[in-house]
Amino acid sequence: MGYQFSKNSEDTFKKIQGQFPDKRSLILPCLYFLQRDQGFVDNEGMQYIADRIGSPISLAQVYGVATFYTMYNKKPVGNFHIQICSNISCYLAGSDGVTQAFCSELGISKGQTTKDKSFTVEEVQCLGACGFGPVAQINDRYYENIKPQDVSGLIQALKAEAK
Amino acid sequence: MAEKLLLTKHIDHPESHTLKHYQSVGGYQSSKKAITTMAPEEIVALVKESGLRGRGGAGFPTGMKWSFIPKTDKPKYLICNGDEGEPGTFKDRKLLENLPHMLIEGMIIAARAIDCHQGYIYIRGEFNKGIDIVSFAVEEAYKAGLLGKNIQGSGYDFDLAVYAGAGAYICGEESALINSLEGRRGHPRLKPPFPAISGLYNCPTVVNNVETLCNVPHILEMGSAEYKKIGTEKSPGTRIFSVSGHVNRPGVYEIELGTPLIDLINIQCQGVKDGKALKAVIPGGSSAPILTAEEVGRANMDFESIASLKSMLGSGAVIILSEETDLVETTYRLASFYAHESCGQCTPCREGTHWVKDLLGKIRKGEGSQKELDLILSLSRNMEGGTTICPLADACVMAVRPTIQKFTSEFTAKFKTNPEEINKQELIGQAG
Repeated sequence: MGYQFSKNSEDTFKKIQGQFPDKRSLILPCLYFLQRDQGFVDNEGMQYIADRIGSPISLAQVYGVATFYTMYNKKPVGNFHIQICSNISCYLAGSDGVTQAFCSELGISKGQTTKDKSFTVEEVQCLGACGFGPVAQINDRYYENIKPQDVSGLIQALKAEAK
Repeated sequence: MAEKLLLTKHIDHPESHTLKHYQSVGGYQSSKKAITTMAPEEIVALVKESGLRGRGGAGFPTGMKWSFIPKTDKPKYLICNGDEGEPGTFKDRKLLENLPHMLIEGMIIAARAIDCHQGYIYIRGEFNKGIDIVSFAVEEAYKAGLLGKNIQGSGYDFDLAVYAGAGAYICGEESALINSLEGRRGHPRLKPPFPAISGLYNCPTVVNNVETLCNVPHILEMGSAEYKKIGTEKSPGTRIFSVSGHVNRPGVYEIELGTPLIDLINIQCQGVKDGKALKAVIPGGSSAPILTAEEVGRANMDFESIASLKSMLGSGAVIILSEETDLVETTYRLASFYAHESCGQCTPCREGTHWVKDLLGKIRKGEGSQKELDLILSLSRNMEGGTTICPLADACVMAVRPTIQKFTSEFTAKFKTNPEEINKQELIGQAG
């Protein structure tokens, strides 16, 4: 048996179906369900989405959408997905040092995942929190005004949270 | 100078996002007035008279945008554009998280004005907190009979749903946003037809920014004459500026349109960080041409004053750059942004943004020469002025070229010491 929506996803899917006159609009929300349920989007999950939404939605259409948007992870990421803004305002506030601190603390380079699959570090474009840089988005949460010396403590706190 | 607080009067109240608090300060009175006592044409006329202009970037008159919606039997749609993504901009996030009911009320009024019964609030996917807060507020409004069937006993129906984007700057462009909401890749559409004629699901559609819609309840409450007393003649009202970069107090500030830029820096933001001298300011988001410190002294924060300095008020994002700023680096960061966010439909943008980024990257690493700088300027002429479907390539040019022109010496100072060493073949090989 392959991928199926979790109960939570199934409930939300039923709830939002009536909100759109064209069911094609369900592709983006469904990709979020898939990502929330298993951490990333893959072909099997996308085929399931196409089947659930139903004809005329095909895997190709779901795949086309998934590959356009950066927030859908096309491959597995760590339990904590650390995304640090590198754009102008965060750069001015010292984001390069923060990215470096995350990488050296975890012993990985930008774009990599730790061996134990706990952390992925990535640089991203503007997160829309420019007054409070440097900013990192870790899973669903924003962390603002991060200093390089805060990084070690932050990672310890995340590790403790995971236990 | 007193701050004219219109939208943000109660924003710092810890309960400002709740229906209870919003109603306790007079919320949902304007929407009630709109759906029970006003004809749609009256609402459009009032907003036209108020002179309200879009707060998303282009500054298009809101009432006029509404008036383009044809009278047909087709369904009509209203979309709130909460896909805030222009580097430097973070005011809509604040409004979504703190004043969701003001937005909902503005949408009810706008919907009534264009005779629409279904609205969507499109919020960028990264704003998880904002999405949760707005979704909760929509539920609260449904339960209180402020949304749904027969709103407040008026016989008027309006449904509202929240939709999360998924990380694409280009979806802030209204036709790309419509494609995204339809479940497609976020490609901007060729215009005409404009969304007012054929937008969401090929039906007449209005797309308005969060802040624009939040102004609407206040216009109904105050009347257009009173509203126009705030701001300047051609730019009435207040504007919520997102200030970031080298200032002592970055943040979101609502000030009267027409306020001198230098006052925003020195009064609200308490001056340039660490007492440094000002080098430059980007006055309206990353796509707005940079202003020199001398130009900043002449700039007032209204559409016309900034336009007279050949820049724009854009999304209201003010990025302050002190004397210590490396402008080659900041320009490279912005060019990288546009290269990353180009949707890839049009050749001048898909190719041009990457060339500009790569050429700036070369200069930044000390490997560039006058040839690279000239090539950027030459490329930029083919990336602007209608060579593409949407203005993303133009925005890249505006973020790069004025900086090179106004601060040339910063770029030439990074040139490779012996420019003869650069050979053209190598340049083409690397930049392509």
